[in-house]
Formats: sequence, C-alpha cells, structure tokens
Amino acid sequence: MATASDSKLIKGATGDWEIVVGMEIHAQVASRSKLFSGASTGFGAEPNSQVSFVDAAMPGMLPVINEFCVAQAVRTGLGLKAQINHRSVFDRKNYFYPDLPQGYQISQFKHPIVGEGEVLVDVTPERQIRVGIERLHLEQDAGKSTHDQSPNQSFVDLNRSGVALMEIVSRPDIRSADEAKAYVGKLRTILRYLGTCDGDMEKGSLRADVNVSVRRPGEPLGTRCEIKNVNSIRFIGQAVDTEARRQIGILEDGGVIQQETRLFDPGRGETRSMRSKEEAHDYRYFPDPDLLPLEFDQAYVDALAADLPELPDAKKARFVADYGLSPYDATVLVAERDLAAFYERAVAVGEGRDPKLVANWVTGDIAAYANAVGLPVHATEITPEQVAGLVDLIVDGTISGKIAKDVLALMVGEERGAAPRDIVERHGLRQVTDTGAIEAAVDAIMAANPDKVAQVQAKPTMLGWFVGQAMKATGGKANPQAVNAVLKGKLGI
Amino acid sequence: MSIDQATVRRVAQLARITLAEGEVAHLQGEINAILSFVAELDGVDVTGVEPMTSVLPMRLKRRADAVTDGGIAPLIVANATASEDHLFAVPKVIE
Repeated sequence: MATASDSKLIKGATGDWEIVVGMEIHAQVASRSKLFSGASTGFGAEPNSQVSFVDAAMPGMLPVINEFCVAQAVRTGLGLKAQINHRSVFDRKNYFYPDLPQGYQISQFKHPIVGEGEVLVDVTPERQIRVGIERLHLEQDAGKSTHDQSPNQSFVDLNRSGVALMEIVSRPDIRSADEAKAYVGKLRTILRYLGTCDGDMEKGSLRADVNVSVRRPGEPLGTRCEIKNVNSIRFIGQAVDTEARRQIGILEDGGVIQQETRLFDPGRGETRSMRSKEEAHDYRYFPDPDLLPLEFDQAYVDALAADLPELPDAKKARFVADYGLSPYDATVLVAERDLAAFYERAVAVGEGRDPKLVANWVTGDIAAYANAVGLPVHATEITPEQVAGLVDLIVDGTISGKIAKDVLALMVGEERGAAPRDIVERHGLRQVTDTGAIEAAVDAIMAANPDKVAQVQAKPTMLGWFVGQAMKATGGKANPQAVNAVLKGKLGI
Repeated sequence: MSIDQATVRRVAQLARITLAEGEVAHLQGEINAILSFVAELDGVDVTGVEPMTSVLPMRLKRRADAVTDGGIAPLIVANATASEDHLFAVPKVIE
C-alpha cells in the first residue's frame, strides 16, 4: 500500500520523481484608491479613466502612500503569523514594457514590510501541511496591454497601473498539484476573512506565479521554471502537473532544464517559453528616492492585531470543540466567512438546537440549493432563522427529514420568507405519530394484499414494500419509525 | 572600477538606447571617467553606517484611502504619439 508521501511521487520511465513548488501570489489590496495616487481601483472602467498623472508617470509627479494599504499589508502579515517589520523600504525595479509608464515598478526588495510566516493548509480534511511564507511586500501593479485588436499595434490601458498589490512569496514547501491548489485556496480564504483582498481570481485580484522543479526523492533541488500569471486554482493544478511532466521528459532523455519564465496555455494543456523576457532579468533595484522608508511602532501593529477577526483555523477548531462537528464539516463551513456566520446564526437563534443537524442541513440540502441557483448560501432567500425552525421541527418530531425537504422546497418556492412551522401547518405536513391512524392504514394494506403478507413471513426484506405502502397511504406524513414498529408487530417479524 | 565595451552595450540595451558601433568606445571612456571620479568615495569606510535618507528626521507622508483623482482620460493620452478610444496605441508587442 502506498503511503501518503509515496503517492505524491510521479512515475517516470526511469523511476520516481518528486515535484517541488514555490509560489508568488499577487493579491490586490481591497482599497478604494491606488497605492501612491488618489485614482480609483474600480474594475471594468472606461480606458484610462482611472489614471492620475502619478500613475501615468508624468514628469514631476510624486507618489504619496495610501495608509489603508499599509494597514492591510500588516493585517495580512498578522494573519499569516508572520514577522512584521517596523521599517521597510520601497525600491525601484527597472524594466521596459509599454504598460509600465515609469520604466520601473515601485516595489520592496531588500526590506519588505512583512517577513517570515506560515500557512496551515488542509490538503484534505484529514491531511494538513505547513507552507512557510518567506515574505510579503507591497508593490504597484502595471497597466494592461491588448495585442489582438490590430495587426500592427498594441493598446495600453493604465487603469490598473499603480493599484496596490501584496506579493506573498512561499517557501518551496509544496510537493504536488493538489497541495498547490489547497495552498492558494487557503491563502484566499485567509485574505477574504481579513478583507484585505477580495480574492476574485476572474477579475485578476489574485494571480499566481508558480515555480516548479523536479528531483529524485532525497536529492538537492532541481532547476526551476517560473510559470507566470496563472489565474484560476484549477489551472494552477494543471500547470504544476504539465510543467513537471515536461521537465521529467527532458531529464529522462538526458537533457538539462533551462531556468526560464513560461506561460501556461490551458487550451493546449502545455507551458511555453516567454523568450522576450529572458534578456530583461536585470532589474537594477535601488531605493526609490521619492519615498522615505516606511516606519511605524509596535503600538500601531498591536492596534491592528486587536481588531483582527477570528481566522479560519481558529474558527474550525472552535466549531469542532463547541459544536461537536467533524473536522470535515467544520472545514466546509469555515471556507467562507459568510457561510460560517450563517451557520452560527442558525445554531444560535433560540436554544437547545442540535448543531450537527444544522451543519448537515447547511452543508447538504441548503448548500445544494445555493449551488443550483449559483449563489453563496448567505445570499439566497433562505434565512438562518428558517434553517433553525426547520431543524427544530425535525428534532421535536413534527416532521421527518424527508418532509423537511418538501418544506425547504416550499421555502424557496411559493412560501418564500415564511416560518417553517407555518408552512407545515398551512400545507398539513405534520407527521402522523398517532399509532391508531398508522395501524388503520397498515390493517387496510394487509387486508388488500394477503399474498404479500404470506411472502413477507418467508422473506423479511419484503418489509420495505409494506413501509412504502403505508407511507403512501398516509401521504408521506407517517413517522417512519412508528410505521416500522407497527408493521413488525402486526406481521410478527 | 572600470567597464568594458560589452558592458556599455548591455547598459544601452537595458536602457533601450540605440548605439552606433563607433559610439561604444567613446561612451566607455566617458563612463569610466565618471566612475573613477566617483571612486574617490570608496576611500571612506562606511562599515555599519546606515544609508542616510534625509537630513532631518522625517516621517513618510501618508494619505487617506479616498478617490480624489482620475476621470481625465483625454489629458492622460494628450501627449501620446498615437491613441485610439483613449487607449495608448504602441507598435505591436510580440511575445
């Protein structure tokens, strides 16, 4: 049987290979205005309508830092259990590209605002890994070029130019495509809990540069290739596998890996070299003379720390301890802050509710409904109060779990917004626990089907047929346990 | 410190400056003259000295996170050699 670590190895023609991945995540700070100018960061605006003279690098314009962005970088650092540097320095990273009007990106090189930290990643609910964080620094985003609108021109929109990014650099602690996906997922959850980045990968608020290398187990690190700007969690997994297999193919044929920057093409399922950037890898960093070092004291950090929300790991541990949830259910519920809040509200309205049953409903039928209508659970018309009411009806025996599904269907249909108890009354869904009524129904069925009564004596599994008939006769409202008990008594099995 | 002609060509390439072959030797001489002039500073022992960022103790100026600028697309592209629908138009960049 393969152990957990064995299963991560890739079989090559000449033996096993280990994948080693490190990532640079660019997370857009959820600020209204840019890192060094007062232009808006809103998505999807008219070309160059959110550009100030600072962002367009007009001569003589000076950058002034957005204090909110500084605070969000520190809060994110705290969320990553990282060292916060009271003094950091902005540097110029020099390169030429049409969508970089300054000719340099303002970034942090030698002295980042956040140092080493750690993320606990749930690869599966049962298996966790620790991924080291090397650093987090603040930097400017570049503009956007479009190359496919004209045969001989590229068009440049600077709306993104100067938007604040947090570059989060991991250690090469990731060993498979699944771990890479789980790491990005967890980081995204932490950022969304903190509210420092909206994590919207479709809009480019979160992008990953993925560094991939392969080696024989136990050997030193191989030469890595960097796959730029992968913009979905699924593609990150595909890019890691594709690139690892490409490198193994080269090495097994006796070749050498060239360190280079590559692009992942999801359509073709391959990575390819970005040759144009190879020559440009001399960034000539130096401290930006327009900006003083960024300094703050411990009191500033402490104030931000005091205001931090409960983070997913702590919330998960509390859900397991306080509500007796399985680690799996707790992991599902804490993945989104709004979902966790919805769940807690449903547990907390009123008293004496079964938290596990609430979790089953929230992660089961209610999540399935939300998924079907393409909304997060908290944004559907179902309220936590309704979930609480529904679970209470099941627990006090008013309805069965099966009828509860019908009540849920009414809650999102004609009875939108109604309390489950009222729905049950109006639609006569109350469960029949009255043994007399059940006995009458069973007697009628037995009288009408003497052949089946004979059969069930020899073959007790036939009981299911009687249960079905009895439920049908009572319009599905009979309590299944009561039906079973009555049938067993009357049939003598 | 002095630089060779290959370094001159490389610096020109990084700065996207076209150099005629005849200019290389001339520029090498000019740059080396500047470097030897500045090299006098190498005589100062700066071990353990933090680079000075300002004469007076000053704090980096901060601004609040508010939208106070933008909405001037026509002005942003006013000096562009070519533009279309307020986008800068540049010679096609080939990846």
